[in-house]
Amino acid sequence: MVKVIVDVVLKDEILDPQGDAISRALPRMGFSFKTTNVRQGKSFILTLDHSPSASELKEIESAAATLLSNPVIETFTIRVED
Amino acid sequence: MRVGVVTFPGTLDDHDAARAVRYAGGEAVPLWHGDSDLQGVSGVILPGGFSYGDYLRCGAIARFSPIMNSIISAAEQGLPVLGICNGFQVLCESHLLPGALTRNVGLHFLCRDQEIEIVNNESAWTADFGRGEIITIPLKNGEGSYQCDEQTLRDLEENNRVIARYVGVNPNGSRNAIAGITNARGNVVGIMPHPEHAIDPLTGPTSDGLTFFTSLMKSRV
Repeated sequence: MVKVIVDVVLKDEILDPQGDAISRALPRMGFSFKTTNVRQGKSFILTLDHSPSASELKEIESAAATLLSNPVIETFTIRVED
Repeated sequence: MRVGVVTFPGTLDDHDAARAVRYAGGEAVPLWHGDSDLQGVSGVILPGGFSYGDYLRCGAIARFSPIMNSIISAAEQGLPVLGICNGFQVLCESHLLPGALTRNVGLHFLCRDQEIEIVNNESAWTADFGRGEIITIPLKNGEGSYQCDEQTLRDLEENNRVIARYVGVNPNGSRNAIAGITNARGNVVGIMPHPEHAIDPLTGPTSDGLTFFTSLMKSRV
């Protein structure tokens, strides 16, 4: 089985109140590492029974740009895990 | 006048929207998400709720429903369309309106009576208001923060495309306190608070919201 993973995050200029809340929670829980920023995103894991061909990857990219993400506020990256 | 009211799975406010149409003197025509026939209506309302459970993103799945395909092409031809709350989100996902709606800045779902100022009284749905009129209608959303890039914001402001702005507080962190916007033509309007819940003092805080629906009736006479 091959996994094609689409990671979607809000663009840098879009306010991410969930990331901000996590950022505030970390020191409150006693974690000592310092973050300057936390952004929350989501992942779509598409499982295929074969390695995706170049044309299939192109289609997945198109699905990521139209359905899985909203290009107005989000960006995505695609990675393949064998 | 016949005005379509769309029901998606998870729509909540279709009955109130239909009632508002009737209060304004129109005939409400129920439109089902799985159909593509607009039944010759002269306007369409996308009501609030949680279409398709708000899965993926608010309005993201609804955008690909058969009825939306018809609405998108009709709206591009000038059919008046009003998206309220979740309907506003659907209009943004459909790219009939620019920008997007994201989680409220405080992360809480808000439910309150909200003052808004009508900034643009020239659209199909606001022509019956006075310019600068301040009205009170219910606001109830979890993802009502209007976001867009600088260029879009400038375009909205310079071309009088902001329909309404929050007064007093900016409850959800929307850019420039935007509560509603319109497209360049003025036939498509998206608004986050709910005019259809404020059409009769018996059942809402005011009857201020009714003017959205009477505006449509007059614009088409």
